[in-house]
Amino acid sequence: MTRTAPALDIDAILDDPDTRIIVCCGSGGVGKTTTAAALGLRAAERGRSVVVLTVDPARRLAQAMGLTELDNTPRRVHGVDGAGEAGGELHAMMLDMKRTFDEIIEAHADPERARQILTNPFYQSLSSSFSGTQEYMAMEKLGQLRRSDEWDLIVVDTPPSRSALDFLDAPERLGRFLDGRLIRILTAPAKVGGRSAFKLLNAGFGMVAGILTKVIGAQVLRDIQMFVTALDAVFGGFRQRAEQTYRLLQAPGTAFVVVAAPERDAMREASYFVERLADERMPLAGLVVNRVHRPLAPSLSAARSSAAAEDLDARGEHELTAAVLRLHAGRMQLAAREQRQQEHFTSAHPTVPIAQVPAMPEDVHDLAGLRQIGQLLAS
Amino acid sequence: MSQPTGGRAGSNGEARDTDWDGVRLHVVSGKGGTGKTTVAAALALALAAGGRKVLLVEVEGRQGIAQAFDLPPLPYEERKVAVAPGGGDVYALAIDPEEAMLEYLEMFYGIKRVGKALTRMGVVDFATTIAPGLRDVLVTGKTSEAVRRRDKLGRRVYDAVVMDAPPTGRISRFLNVTQEVAGLARVGPIKNHADLVRGVLASPETAVHFVTLLEEMPVQETLDGIEELRTTGLPVGGVFVNMVRPAGLPEGVLAAACRGGFDSAELALGLKAAGLTDARADASAVAEALAREVCEHALRTELEKRERGALEEADVPRYDLPLLPDGADLAGLYELADALRAQCVT
Repeated sequence: MTRTAPALDIDAILDDPDTRIIVCCGSGGVGKTTTAAALGLRAAERGRSVVVLTVDPARRLAQAMGLTELDNTPRRVHGVDGAGEAGGELHAMMLDMKRTFDEIIEAHADPERARQILTNPFYQSLSSSFSGTQEYMAMEKLGQLRRSDEWDLIVVDTPPSRSALDFLDAPERLGRFLDGRLIRILTAPAKVGGRSAFKLLNAGFGMVAGILTKVIGAQVLRDIQMFVTALDAVFGGFRQRAEQTYRLLQAPGTAFVVVAAPERDAMREASYFVERLADERMPLAGLVVNRVHRPLAPSLSAARSSAAAEDLDARGEHELTAAVLRLHAGRMQLAAREQRQQEHFTSAHPTVPIAQVPAMPEDVHDLAGLRQIGQLLAS
Repeated sequence: MSQPTGGRAGSNGEARDTDWDGVRLHVVSGKGGTGKTTVAAALALALAAGGRKVLLVEVEGRQGIAQAFDLPPLPYEERKVAVAPGGGDVYALAIDPEEAMLEYLEMFYGIKRVGKALTRMGVVDFATTIAPGLRDVLVTGKTSEAVRRRDKLGRRVYDAVVMDAPPTGRISRFLNVTQEVAGLARVGPIKNHADLVRGVLASPETAVHFVTLLEEMPVQETLDGIEELRTTGLPVGGVFVNMVRPAGLPEGVLAAACRGGFDSAELALGLKAAGLTDARADASAVAEALAREVCEHALRTELEKRERGALEEADVPRYDLPLLPDGADLAGLYELADALRAQCVT
C-alpha cells in the first residue's frame, strides 16, 4: 500500500538552461518565500543569473537577502558563492503593487489621461487594495521581468491570497470585468457627457444603473465612471498582457513548485494545487514538503519506546531515560503522522516528484541558512 | 472586560463567568499554518458549552469549517454542525459574498429578483471581486447582522458569534471597513453601512484574537497584528498559543543539552535497564541518537521560551492549547474546547 513518490531532482531543474521561470505556490505559512529564496540562491551559485521576485517576505528573510526596502526594483544580493567563476548572480526584489499599477497606467495612457486615472480616488483605493490587485500585479511584474530578458531564471513566490491560486484567476477576472457589460453601463453616461445619460440606455441597463446610483450614491458612481472612462484607452493593453502572462506560465520553460508542510490542511491544499495546475495545463515540477520531522533513532519504535518508559516508571528507575523515551515516542508518532499525510498525497498523485526539507530549530536569518535549505532540497 | 492576566483564567469575579464577559463577536485570526480554523471551531464549541447557541462563520470560501467538523461543504445557510459538551449548539455559516450582496440589497433596499440581471451585467462579480473593500464589508456586514439579530421576542438569536477571519497579515485592513471602502464611498449608503459595521467591530462586544505558534515568524506577525489593531482602534482580545508541547524534561537537563552537555552514558544504562538493547541495537549508538534528539528538543524549547517572552510584552491574555498527538480531528476539537473552557470560558 505504501507508495514511494519519485524524488524531485531540484538541481536538474535549476541547471537546465531551458528553465526560465520557477513559480513557488502553496498555502500560507508553509515556507513558500523561503523556498523561493533558497532555490534562487542555489541556482545562482550553480552559475545562473537569477532574480527572485517576492511578494510579501518576512522581515528577517528580506534582511537575509540584504533587502531593506520595498522599491519594486531588483537589487543585487551580495555574498553569493562562486559568483566570479561560474558567472552566476542573484538579484532580489519585493513587489510594490501600487507602483507597478501606476507604471502600467503611465506606460499605456497619454499624460493627461494618466493623471486623471492616478488621482482618481477609486483608482487609488483599487491599486492599493489587496483583493486581486496584488495577484494581478505579481503576474504583471513577472511578465515584465521575463520580457526584459535580463535574467536567465526568474523565481517567484505567490501572494498570500485568500485562495492561493488567485494569481491564476486574477488576470482573467480583470479581463472579464474590462470586457463586460458593466463597463459599458459605467462608461456610457460619461461618454455622452450628460447628467441623466442613463435614460439613453435600454431598460435592463437603466434598471441596473438605477440600482447602482441608489446603492453607491451618485458621487461615487461618477468617480468610478471617470476612472473606467479614463482607463478605457488602456483596456486593450491590459487584456493582452494578462493573456500573454498566462501563456508564459503554460510554456515549457516554466516550472511550478508546489510547497507544503506535512500537515492535513497544507497537503490537501497541495493536492488541490496539483489538480488545478493540471486543469490549466501549467507545467508542474513537483512538490516540496517543508518542516519534516525526522527521528534520529528510527529503529526504536514509538510503541517499544513508550512501553519501556512505562516499565521504568513502574520500577521507579532511570527517570531521565524514561522521559527521553517518551520524548522519542512522541517524535516517532509525529513522524508517522507526517508520513501518512504524504502517502495520502502520493496515492492520489503517484507521479508527482517530492523533495523533503527537515524541520529546523530556527528560522532562516542569512544566506548561509538559505544555502543550507538549498542543499537539503537538492539532496 | 479582559485583563492581561497572562496565561491563566481570571476567575476572581463573582458574576464573571468568562474572560470575555460582554463579548459577542470573537474574531479569530492567525498566520497561515497556525491552526486558526481549528482554534475558531474549538472556541465556538467552548462558548456553546452548557446550553448556549453559537454561530461559527467563515469568510474566505475555503470550506475550512466543514473540513474541521468532517462535513460535506457548507451552503450559504446557517446550519447546526455540532453539539457542545453539556448541551449547546454550534451553527455554522460559510459566507458567500455574492449571496450576501443580494441579501443585503433585498434587506436594505427591498430590491428583489434582480439578482440574475445584476449577475449577468457583471455587477455582482465587480462588487465581490474587484471593487476595493466591498467584499470585506459584505462579509463583515453579514457577520454583524448575525451578532445583532433578535428573534420575535427581542432575544438575541446567538449568544456569541465566532469568525474564522483572514490571516494576521490582512486582519486590520479586513476589519477596518470604513477605511477600506473610502475610495468607493466617502458618502452615501455604502459608507453608512460600513460605518454601522465598523461600529459593531470596534465596540467592546467584539474581541479580535490571534492564534500563534511559539515560532519566530508567527509570533512576530502576532505582535505586528496587535500593534496594527491598536493603532486602528479595534479591540484586541487574547493570544491563543497553539500546539504547545510539554517540556518533558527537567529544566537543568534541557539547559545542559542546549550547551551540548547531555550525558548519553547514563542514558545507555537506562536503555539497558529497560531491556531496549539487544543484538540488533547497540546501546551506546541508540543512546547517542536519542541524546541528539534531546539536544534538538532542548534548542527548540529554548527558542519557544524566547518567543513566549516576546509575546508577554504585548500585554494581552494568553491561552495555551496542547499539541494534539493525532492531529486536529473531531475528537481533537473537543479536547481543545475543553482546554479553552478550563482557561477562559468556564
